[in-house]
Amino acid sequence: MTTLLAVLALICLAPAVAAVLVRNLIHSALLFVLAWLGLAAFYLALGAEFVAFAQALVYVGGVSMVALFAVLLTRPGRTDLLPPPSAARAVGGLAAVSLVASMLASSLFWSRLPSMEPTAPIPLRRLGELLAGPYLVAVLLVGLILTVALIGGLLLAAPRRPAEGADA
Amino acid sequence: MILAVAPASPADAWLERAPLLLRDALTGWLPDALRPWVSALLSIAVILGVFGLLFAYMTLAERKLLGRMQNRPGPNRTGPFGLLQPFADAIKALTKEDIVPRAADRVLHFLAPVVLVALSLLGLAVIPFGRNLVAVELEAAVLYFFAAGAATELSIFMAGWASRNKYSLLAAMRALAQLISYEVPLLLSVVPVVVVAGSLSTTGIVAAQGGWAAGIWPHWHALTPWGFSAFAVFMIAALAESNRSPFDLPEAESELIAGHLTEYSGFKYALFFMAEYLGMAALSAMAVTLFLGGWQAPLGLLEFVPSYAWFGVKLLLLLLGFIWIRATFPRLRIDQLTRLSWKFLVPLALVNLLNGGFWAATADWSGPAAAVRWLVSALLVVVPFVALARSLAAGYGPRTYRYAPS
Amino acid sequence: MSPLHLCLALSAALFCTGLVAVLIRGNAILVLLGVELMLNAANLNFLAFWRFGPGGGEAGLVFVLFSIAVAAAEAAVGMALVIAVHRHLRSIRIADANRLKG
Repeated sequence: MTTLLAVLALICLAPAVAAVLVRNLIHSALLFVLAWLGLAAFYLALGAEFVAFAQALVYVGGVSMVALFAVLLTRPGRTDLLPPPSAARAVGGLAAVSLVASMLASSLFWSRLPSMEPTAPIPLRRLGELLAGPYLVAVLLVGLILTVALIGGLLLAAPRRPAEGADA
Repeated sequence: MILAVAPASPADAWLERAPLLLRDALTGWLPDALRPWVSALLSIAVILGVFGLLFAYMTLAERKLLGRMQNRPGPNRTGPFGLLQPFADAIKALTKEDIVPRAADRVLHFLAPVVLVALSLLGLAVIPFGRNLVAVELEAAVLYFFAAGAATELSIFMAGWASRNKYSLLAAMRALAQLISYEVPLLLSVVPVVVVAGSLSTTGIVAAQGGWAAGIWPHWHALTPWGFSAFAVFMIAALAESNRSPFDLPEAESELIAGHLTEYSGFKYALFFMAEYLGMAALSAMAVTLFLGGWQAPLGLLEFVPSYAWFGVKLLLLLLGFIWIRATFPRLRIDQLTRLSWKFLVPLALVNLLNGGFWAATADWSGPAAAVRWLVSALLVVVPFVALARSLAAGYGPRTYRYAPS
Repeated sequence: MSPLHLCLALSAALFCTGLVAVLIRGNAILVLLGVELMLNAANLNFLAFWRFGPGGGEAGLVFVLFSIAVAAAEAAVGMALVIAVHRHLRSIRIADANRLKG
C-alpha cells in the first residue's frame, strides 16, 4: 500500500514541480494536467473511486480546457515563452515558500499521528444518500455557486461593445 | 451476475456462454494467482482485436456507403468487393515517410496521436458487451467512461498547437470550444438515465432495462419519452465529441486544409484516424448501453440469439447512422455550433432532467395512471422542443428561392 | 512511514509547489493554476484523514466533492478575469495590473 502510494506520489509531484519551472506556458498547463491526473490515480489508490473520477472529469475535462483557452486568447506575442521572473521577486517568493515548507515539514516530522487501520471505502449508494440527505442544502448551494460563476464568467469575458457581425 | 430479469434458459445456452467457456479453457490450467491477470490480458486482447477489425472495416464501409450515396462505386479493386482495402491502406500508411515540421514541438507532436488512441480505448473497458461480458466492473462506471473520454480533445489541442501551423492552431481552438460546449449536454443527457436506473454502473443500467411491457414493448430507455429526448441529445453531442461531420470543424478539409491533421503523415495520421473511429465506437457503445438496452434482445422470442450478437447489431446500426449523417448534412459554422449547444441542447437536457426525475418518482403508477405518466412525460419533451426550436429559428424566416424568369 | 504520513507529506509538497507558482511566476494564468494545485493539496488532506484518520469521517469525502465543484467555478471566473484584464492592459502579468482605474 505504502509503496504504491509513494510511486503515485512521485508521479503526481514530478509534473507539478516541472510545471512551475518550465518557461513555456502551454507546456506548463499540460504538465499541470498530468499532475492532476496523477492525483486522481492517487485518490483511486486511496479507495475514493468517485472522487478520483470526478477529479479527472473536472480538472482534465474542464479546468484544463478553460486554462488552455485562456492561454490561446491571451497569447503574449508570437511565442508562448514567458519572460523570467525578476530576481527580487524570485528571492522574496522563495524565502516565503521555504518558510512555509519548513513549517509544514517540522509539524509533519514532530506530530505523532495515530496509525489507524484504513476505514472501509464508502459504497456509492451511501455517498448518494449522504448527498441527498444531510448535505442537500450544500448541494443546492454548490449548484447556485456554479450558476452564478457561469453567468459571472460570461459577463466578465464578454466584450463591452457588441462585436461587429456577432450573429448571422 | 445480472440474471434478475432474463429467464434462466437463454443465459445457459451454449452459444451464450461460449466466450466465458473459451476464457475458462484458456486460463484453467494456470495457477490461481495468475488467473485474474491472464484473463484481464485476454479481455484487453479481445477488445483490441475486435475493435481493431471493426475500425478497419468501418473505414471500408464508410467509403463504400459514401460512394453509393454519391453515385459512385467506392473502393472496389483490392480483393473481392474491395474487402482487402483496409489492409492495403495500413501498409501504405506504415511505409510512408514520417515528416515532422522543423518548428514543431517535437515531444507534443509525437505524444498527441499516441495519447489520443490510448484514451479512446480506455472507455471500452466498462462497456458490457454481453451477459457477463464486461472487462472491468466498476461502481461508478459511467463517470469513469466520461472522465476517460474528457481528455481526448486535449490531445487534439496538443496536435494542433505542436504543429506550429496557423491552420492547426485554429483547429486547436475550435476543438476546445467544441469540447467545452458539447461536454455539457452530453453529461446532462446521461443524468436522467442514472436517476431512473438508480445506478452508475453500466451493468446495473443494462439490468434496469430488462423485460417487456405487455410482452412486446422493451423497457429500453430510448423507448420512453424522456429517454428518446435524452438519446437524441446524447447522439448529437456524441457526433460533436467525436468530431464527426456535420461537427467536424477542427479538421474541416475545405477551410482549414485538415486542421490539426495538416502536419501529420504516415502512421501518425493513421493513428488519428483510428482514434476517431474508436471514439465513435466507444460513444455508440455507451449509447447502446444507456438507451438501447445494452445486450438485451428486443423480443422475448429472439432471446436464443446470443447477447453479444444483439449488442453488435445495435452498435453497427448506430455506427451506420453516423455514416449516413455524414453523407447527408453540410458542416456547421463555429457560431452555429456553439449556439446549437448552449441555446438548444443544454436547456432541452435540463428540462429532460426534470422529466427523468418525474419518471423515477412515478415508477409505481399503473393502469390509467400509467397513461397519464406517459402523457405528462411526452408533453415535457414536446413543449420545450417546440418552444426552443421556435426561439432558435426566430428571425430566420422561411428561405425564399428566386428563379430567373422563364 | 505510514500511509497517512505519506499523504500529508505529498499534500505539503504540492501546496508548496502551488505557492511557488503563485509567488514567483508573474503570469496570471499560472497563478490561477497554482491556486488550483493548492486546493488539490487541501483535498488530499481531507481524503487522507477520511481514509486513515479516526473513524466516522464520511464528511471528508463529501467535502472533497464540494471542493472540486467550487474549484471548477473558481477556474471559470478566474479565467474570465484573466481575459478581461488582458483586454484592458494587453498583458497577463500580474505586476502590470496595478491600477484600480480600468
